[in-house]
Amino acid sequence: MRAGDPPPHATTPEGGAGDRPRHGRAGRAAWRPAAVHAGVALALLALQFVLPEYHRLALTRIMVLAVYAMGFNVAFGYAGLLSLGHAMFFAAGLYGAGLTVYHLDWPVWLGFLAGVTAGAALSAVAGAVALRTKGVAFMIVTLMFAQTAYLATLHFTTWTRGDEGLTLTGAARVLTLGPVSLDLADAATRYNVAWALLAATLLVTHRLARSRLGRALVAVRENEARTAMLGYDTFALRWRALVISGTLSAVSGAATALLFAYIGSSFASIQTSIEPLLFTLLGGAGTVLGPLLGTALMFTLIEVASEITTAHLLAVGAVLIALVLFFPKGLVGTLRDRVAPWLP
Amino acid sequence: MAALSPRAPAGATPGGPARPRGETRPRGSGEPLLEARGLTRRFGGLAAVEDVDFALDRGGVHAVIGPNGAGKTTFVSLLSGRLPPSEGTVSFEGRDVTRLPAWRRVRLGIAYTFQITSIYPALAARENVAIAAQGEVLRRGGSEREAEAATDRALARVGLSHLAAIRAGELAYGHQRLLEVAMGLALAPTLLILDEPTQGLSDPEIEGFLALVREIAAEATVLLIEHNMPVVMALARRITVMDRGRVLAEGRPEAVRADPAVQAAYLGAPA
Repeated sequence: MRAGDPPPHATTPEGGAGDRPRHGRAGRAAWRPAAVHAGVALALLALQFVLPEYHRLALTRIMVLAVYAMGFNVAFGYAGLLSLGHAMFFAAGLYGAGLTVYHLDWPVWLGFLAGVTAGAALSAVAGAVALRTKGVAFMIVTLMFAQTAYLATLHFTTWTRGDEGLTLTGAARVLTLGPVSLDLADAATRYNVAWALLAATLLVTHRLARSRLGRALVAVRENEARTAMLGYDTFALRWRALVISGTLSAVSGAATALLFAYIGSSFASIQTSIEPLLFTLLGGAGTVLGPLLGTALMFTLIEVASEITTAHLLAVGAVLIALVLFFPKGLVGTLRDRVAPWLP
Repeated sequence: MAALSPRAPAGATPGGPARPRGETRPRGSGEPLLEARGLTRRFGGLAAVEDVDFALDRGGVHAVIGPNGAGKTTFVSLLSGRLPPSEGTVSFEGRDVTRLPAWRRVRLGIAYTFQITSIYPALAARENVAIAAQGEVLRRGGSEREAEAATDRALARVGLSHLAAIRAGELAYGHQRLLEVAMGLALAPTLLILDEPTQGLSDPEIEGFLALVREIAAEATVLLIEHNMPVVMALARRITVMDRGRVLAEGRPEAVRADPAVQAAYLGAPA
């Protein structure tokens, strides 16, 4: 004991002043994040019964994009890996699913698996190389990888039709699972498939954020040198984060191809890499719900601004400036800091 | 175990003056806990550490001292694996660890606290220690509950239990240093390397620190890199003096203090 110190209390702090004291497994706070996430998922499920047709389609797109943003957030928000090349993982899912279904007539579910597998494999390989760099170099390397992937989609135009892209029709619009046949051209079906993917992603990221791995990823993000000196293989941790992130991105890409029936090179462009970054920053990096909220808000903002002006990116820019000035931790991040420290 | 013959540590270091080696060896005699042979690290043309032979016995506090730029931090970075050596070998508990990255050496039982405080400032103090404990406990198959208990124990040992919920970045500097030690303790290390732990601490804080290090040294071996001579004299069982990348002298505290070469290195007087 140090002289002059107050006697140590045997108390275990519960929530309160600390930043995300995530030891509340047995504590009061443990059920709250689960309840919030379940509530959000149920609310989204219920929304289809009140929304008009047009907005229901918009929300379908938002949910699919949110899966992408939530995947991006695993690398960026939790492990602190700022990738500018996630479009390649998204595109791996998109083309992995779209091309196999279009050219090889694979059933939709198998095409979906092919897309996800392609994204997982690509992130495993690209990660093993790109993660040898850090910071700005990592941004550049991932950007280069993604540009290569983008150029590849243009180069192999025989199969991809490049910018013009391919439209899925006929059997490619029907998801058959055993005796069940789902018509993916049907708006309600699409909505519920998108919802199921979002709910699954919410569950995965919720569990990740509260797991040993999630805790270790935050440690790597906050201080990698220290984390290595606590016996963690930080390279392996960052790699795992990138593979999970890339795989979820591919889930979103594959769903985009199969639900909206179009695959084209623009999905592999730099803009696709930047979008999840914007969504995540707006909603709150390193929070489970942030990317979902950010995607919904940014998507809506662009929709509304596009109706008023062709310079809708102006509105996006203004929001980003306001964000950096007033909410550098994003909306959910700020909420967590000020009101709900138990939010994962 | 590798065939490492027990040898007189650093007894044959070239260039050093005669150093007393007659005293009884402390607990755990025989094979040294950690041994370096011909350890060299060059940065460009500069040899920050040059041909250092070093052996660390089990138990107690062994101090490494030396003037600024003597190569102390580089030397312990080579031991902990934060830097790869240009030449030479490091073995720990009879096993050659020269090629092992730092995180593997940590898993073998070598913990290191940074000279410049390195914590997770955005996380609660308890979470800082929990990350250390979780890794250590779960890796050897323990339960979450054990990890939580180890976290609480480490915090209590350094006297920070009452500040556990505070964000580490908001703690007073002295408390941050203690937090680092708690993170080291949570690793249940065999060897704890403390790199200038009292730097920037007030006198009463140093007083408390001495008691803490003595307590730690009862269970683990402590390798202490330190500037503060009273601290070294109060704690160390043996002292290694470094100067310009080499071992200048080694021995018991009183012998080292009396060594003219050591005095010359510190005071600049001709030897």
